[in-house]
Amino acid sequence: MSTSPTPRPGAHGGTPAGAPGPRRARTRPGAGGPHRAPAVTAAALATVLAATACGGGGSASADLDAVTLEIVGPWAGAEQEAFEKVLDLFESQTGATVTYSGVGDELSTVLQTRIQGGDVPDVALIPQPGLIQTFAAEGDLVPLDDNVTAAVDENMAAAWREIGSVDGQAYGVYLKVTNKSLVWFNNDLFEETGAQTPETWDEFTQLSADLSEVGVDPLSVAGADGWVLTDWFENVYLQVAGPEKYDQLSEREIPWTDPSVQEALEVLAQVWGDETLLTGGTSGTLQTDFPTSVTNVFADDPSAAMVVGADFIGGVVSSSTNAGVGDQAQHFRFPYIAGEQDSVVVAGDAAVAMSDGEATMELLTFLASPEAAQEWAVQGGFVSPNRHLAADAYPDPLTGQVAEQIVSAGDSIRFDLSDLQPAAFGATVGDGMWQALQDFLGDTEDVEGTMERLEAEAAEAHGE
Amino acid sequence: MTTDTKPPAGATGAGRGAAPPPGGAPSPGRLRRLFGPAALFLLPALLFLAVFLAYPAVYSLVRSFFDGPGDQFVGLDNYQRMFTDDRTFTAIRNTGIWVLVAPALVTGLGLILAVLTERIRWATAFRILLFMPMAISLFASGIIFRLVYDENPDRGVVNAAIVTVHDTFRSPSEYPGARPREDGPLAADPALGGYTTADAHTPGEVVALPLVGVRPGDLPEQAAPAALPDGSPDTLQGVVWLDAALGGEVDGIDSGENGMPRITVEALDASGAVAATATTGDDGRFLLADLPEGEYTLHLAGANFAEPFNGLTWLGPSLVTPVIISAWVWIMTGFAITFIAAGLAAIPRDALEAARVDGATEWQVFRKVTVPLLGPLLLVVFVTLVINVLKIFDLVFVIAPGSVQADASVIALQMWQVSFGAGGNQGLGSALVVLLLVLVLPIMYFNIRRFRKERS
Repeated sequence: MSTSPTPRPGAHGGTPAGAPGPRRARTRPGAGGPHRAPAVTAAALATVLAATACGGGGSASADLDAVTLEIVGPWAGAEQEAFEKVLDLFESQTGATVTYSGVGDELSTVLQTRIQGGDVPDVALIPQPGLIQTFAAEGDLVPLDDNVTAAVDENMAAAWREIGSVDGQAYGVYLKVTNKSLVWFNNDLFEETGAQTPETWDEFTQLSADLSEVGVDPLSVAGADGWVLTDWFENVYLQVAGPEKYDQLSEREIPWTDPSVQEALEVLAQVWGDETLLTGGTSGTLQTDFPTSVTNVFADDPSAAMVVGADFIGGVVSSSTNAGVGDQAQHFRFPYIAGEQDSVVVAGDAAVAMSDGEATMELLTFLASPEAAQEWAVQGGFVSPNRHLAADAYPDPLTGQVAEQIVSAGDSIRFDLSDLQPAAFGATVGDGMWQALQDFLGDTEDVEGTMERLEAEAAEAHGE
Repeated sequence: MTTDTKPPAGATGAGRGAAPPPGGAPSPGRLRRLFGPAALFLLPALLFLAVFLAYPAVYSLVRSFFDGPGDQFVGLDNYQRMFTDDRTFTAIRNTGIWVLVAPALVTGLGLILAVLTERIRWATAFRILLFMPMAISLFASGIIFRLVYDENPDRGVVNAAIVTVHDTFRSPSEYPGARPREDGPLAADPALGGYTTADAHTPGEVVALPLVGVRPGDLPEQAAPAALPDGSPDTLQGVVWLDAALGGEVDGIDSGENGMPRITVEALDASGAVAATATTGDDGRFLLADLPEGEYTLHLAGANFAEPFNGLTWLGPSLVTPVIISAWVWIMTGFAITFIAAGLAAIPRDALEAARVDGATEWQVFRKVTVPLLGPLLLVVFVTLVINVLKIFDLVFVIAPGSVQADASVIALQMWQVSFGAGGNQGLGSALVVLLLVLVLPIMYFNIRRFRKERS
């Protein structure tokens, strides 16, 4: 499992994270995750049994004996092993044979080639909603049938079905997701200084100022990696403007010069613009890559107390530092800014059907079920959007918290905004959102200019 | 034609050893004999050239006239965009800097090192050492140099060295980052640096000056619990202490809070002149004696609190290109040395000897004999390096952090970024490739002309 070819965020402290596949690195917790103690408590099992009973979809029809299904997805290494165990469960329930091949970063290329060659897999796992749209528009995807959508509706918040839909037609079943609205903190430093985890943005900035006063740099920000900054922005924007505006901004119904964007940038500037709150100051922050930003907080001699980011930071902590996840490394939810909105920025992989058939739909129904989620959850390194999977089904309470936040946010979850944009705007090193926010971090006075640049770049990338 | 491997009988008879028919056109049989087997042997090579060189080049040219998805003919739009886009312009400018600086630097260094290593005992060992970087892939070298030039002196060896040297001459301040609270008695002093009290004080007063921003554990070992001095009529006394607030009382000395030793406190009179100077003791107390009646502000010198010198931001926007060039020089110098050393070995010794006998100094020998004799070779090395530099990609990609990649970009990187990295605009990418090709063409032409000249 240590030889997973998937680029993991931060396997090595100094490896440039700008190296191939930063996008994968951020949506993928990576192999060898922290939660590798599949001790299923009796309580967890009981919950699952109960959950299975109420989870939708008649999944136990054992009439697929002669059927062979093929799945293509990005997971490799430990993730692949875990997923194959989930598939084993399906095989034993139905008699079907399911093969999975992990193609890593090249997923979209592989799929496009296979579509052109007329040799499509039955099911594909797609990390970017944009790709679902592309394939759906070209008629390469089979819409989910009523059984699958019933199972999705039963087990997940409607927002998940929406993210996996194109023009109102559901295509994707979200299986494995990422919670990007977390603030990881070094608990030893918090205990040493007597700091309390904050709930609201005001408490958060106050805590940061207090930490700085007692000589602890409060925040480590990976300014060299643009996607880290977009995650900050998305969290702040979702809190400041709410889910509806978030959708409008994402779909370009409102421009980037909207007052809500200004408000979000000004909130960000409260933290980004204060050199005493950032370890390394502004220039040091712009040189810090993602793995380093994590080790800054959890190294033996930490230089900062908190790092904002996704659940997969836990993987970096356990692979590159001596800190224990759940012990020294803990997290709290991204602070509330305007009212108590339980919104969460998420990312995830959706299973889509590329072949029509009873067996394919049966498999997707199964993947939407709590038993499939349970099978993977106990193996660790996994978070499910399934509302019928109890938090204590996860091997450790920290992961349980992560999942609970997603489930309890219900329809207020929103997919990573930059992932919903054309890559030229949302995912290019040195361009679009990444560079605009990096420039903004360098000069937080320039709110106007940043908004105008964002608008101009967004318009260009959307081909307006 | 390919089946016709047996030469016609007549042609064989006429051809062997005989001179060609004077002036007349060769007979068809003779043509076939000449080109038949030749074509046969050339065919595979031609095929390869056509498939892997000619076709892609032509296709790139055609593709550059189409839009991103490749559906629509856009004429010269991509070229226009290329030259009006800031990022591309930066990339072209950087490539220009690379071409001007890097190959000349490497050729020069290679020449000097080759000549010098010729004179030493362990020349071969030395050259192997210098050649070794060539054995490391550019990508791996890039990662090494990314670390070498890391801004944090705990990681980057260059900054670690600079900081060590710097700190030897100027010891770092004792309380970097220490600062007063915003609403406290002290405020930053833009004129003098450091911090000055907002209020004026008269002798006889006792002044409490809290500072924050330092971890209690980072205080010097001798720091003792802070306490307010009692005060006496003729002296201005006070205490400077670390007001660790989180979980404690804001302002006021709590138990367990320590004084800050060895801070220089100055009393400034109304005109701003220093009237008295004192240094805080282990418990943070200071005493300014012999002050005439009057009002004084207290000033804590900035030298007490200066942020530690952390070296330079090598990978920042302004230095990143020189830094990447230096990495490339490190890698390629070995290549230049190897070639030039081989050339040196081929120089006729007598030419050098003759010059020396005639009384030329070593410098003159080098300048007037060695370099001219090496001239053609140096040119080959130089031109090879120029071509190498034009396609530089991996070093820039790996060394430049994301936030400055746009500042460090070169044409090849920009091309990849535009066409595959994220944009997916292969029309614009093709236009950049064509630009790169156009830049290489004159060098190619020059190279070919030189080859021809050499042959004749």
